[in-house]
Amino acid sequence: MSIILDHVNHIYEEDTAMAFPALVDVNLVIPDGQFIGLIGHTGSGKSTLVQHLNGLIKPTSGSVYYNGADIHEDGYNKKELRSKVGLVFQYPEHQLFEIDVFSDVCFGPKNLGLEKKDVELRAYAALKQVGIADEYFYQSPFDLSGGQKRRVAIAGVLAMKPEVLILDEPTAGLDPKGRDEILEQIAKLRKETGMTVILVSHSMEDVAKYVDRIIVMNKGKIMYDDVPKEVFRHYKELEEVGLAAPQITYIMQELRARGLRVDTDITSVEEAKKAILQAMGR
Amino acid sequence: MGIVKTKDLVFEYIRRDEEGNVEGITRAVDEVTLDIEQGDFVAILGHNGSGKSTLAKHINAILYPTEGTVWVDGMDTAKDEHLWDIRQKAGMVFQNPDNQIIGQVVEEDVGFGPENLGVPTQEIWERVEESLKAVGMYEFRKHSPNKLSGGQKQRVSIAGVIAMHPKCIVLDEPTAMLDPNGRKEVIRAVRALNDVENITVILITHYMEEIVHANKVFVMDNGKVAMQGTPREIFSQVEKLKSLRLDVPQVTLLAHELRKSGLELPEGILTKEELVKALGL
Repeated sequence: MSIILDHVNHIYEEDTAMAFPALVDVNLVIPDGQFIGLIGHTGSGKSTLVQHLNGLIKPTSGSVYYNGADIHEDGYNKKELRSKVGLVFQYPEHQLFEIDVFSDVCFGPKNLGLEKKDVELRAYAALKQVGIADEYFYQSPFDLSGGQKRRVAIAGVLAMKPEVLILDEPTAGLDPKGRDEILEQIAKLRKETGMTVILVSHSMEDVAKYVDRIIVMNKGKIMYDDVPKEVFRHYKELEEVGLAAPQITYIMQELRARGLRVDTDITSVEEAKKAILQAMGR
Repeated sequence: MGIVKTKDLVFEYIRRDEEGNVEGITRAVDEVTLDIEQGDFVAILGHNGSGKSTLAKHINAILYPTEGTVWVDGMDTAKDEHLWDIRQKAGMVFQNPDNQIIGQVVEEDVGFGPENLGVPTQEIWERVEESLKAVGMYEFRKHSPNKLSGGQKQRVSIAGVIAMHPKCIVLDEPTAMLDPNGRKEVIRAVRALNDVENITVILITHYMEEIVHANKVFVMDNGKVAMQGTPREIFSQVEKLKSLRLDVPQVTLLAHELRKSGLELPEGILTKEELVKALGL
């Protein structure tokens, strides 16, 4: 069970003077249950890539396989694919539209043709998964706070019971606490359900904290694909393509340069604290 | 009097249900009194819904006070006759770079503001040039804004504001949608405006590391100013910030944690250089 991208190329406006290669020979295997961070500067091809994973965009050449089947083969059930590979777009709260929170989350499963009772059970479970309390269920989604709206929108995708959840910048514009709450919830959810999660993010700190694999995109190509520590070792190269390492990594570099014997591949405040205390003989 | 001053500012809006019946009244800004001096770099923090954007929208008369008064460069924003002067003195940059660029060519977009002020053509071109140079976008003057990165677009938006020769620029989460490099570019441009041109900057952000260079910080909660001080004074209060749904830069948090573990470090360390020094390295 996995997603495989085999020599995928995507050229926007092919055969015109505006032709732009957004993906260049991308090869990827995404096994079940991984928590993946997808990073890259604006225009590096991240969004084009994730839209290939649920068949919203078709490769110009190359193939995408979901659980062994080529998703662009004639007769492949794309509707089912899209319920299995759930995509939460940027600012998903702009897509809320129903009169109350509960109906909004019901919308997706209702369209799967499930019975009313099943639809409601799924909506209930999804809202619980993102931590929305019962008292909000019959409020208008527009009366909720920014972070709550976003969680309702994520619940709408979870109610489809996806096997793979892709989130495009789920924390943009949220306050620090809201940021942590959403990511904690997603991490917990993944642990409980074993679903694959792909997090597109501009926050290196968030990525370093949560994921077990980072894919770095640059000019439509995969630049690095490794565990966070290994990827952030290349902080100089990352800076050249508009990215960075987490702030804490730079702090450790600086301390090391000043003679403190600490590892420089540290990516969290907790690790940094331990390393410094140890190096200082505490 | 400072460039921006508010006294007992209150803003209330009426919530209505589907049928338009009044459900209640929300007080988004609650008796805020501020005094911002010309040349200040002010940061406004606060969780989502704390009232910071509502407050910002009073500074260039997009919103008017329900109670209290707002003065921009001495002008009462509630008086209609000041509207255009206020909008020229205090420019605003918003979160989404794609919503605020209208020109087909970068220089044309930047010239739009001064053109509407009735500035003579020759001077418009001079202003466009100096503004684009100030944000480091002069070499892109003939480009289409569509082809720029998010950080570049935001810098064009900022150039469009400074071409109006404002005294003050209000930026409402200008980096929320940008990648790390774009964030750096925008903050660098904003700092340069403040340092070199002495333009007053009011920056609203959720990125704590962007405000360590501010000289005043206001933290909003429930429409009120909950904390104010220098970045060092504010970031010394890690636990209080967390209770307001905020955070501190990673280096400040690290120093705070080390201190809790018994190392002798001052509170409110803001940069890695300060940490190095405090550790005696």
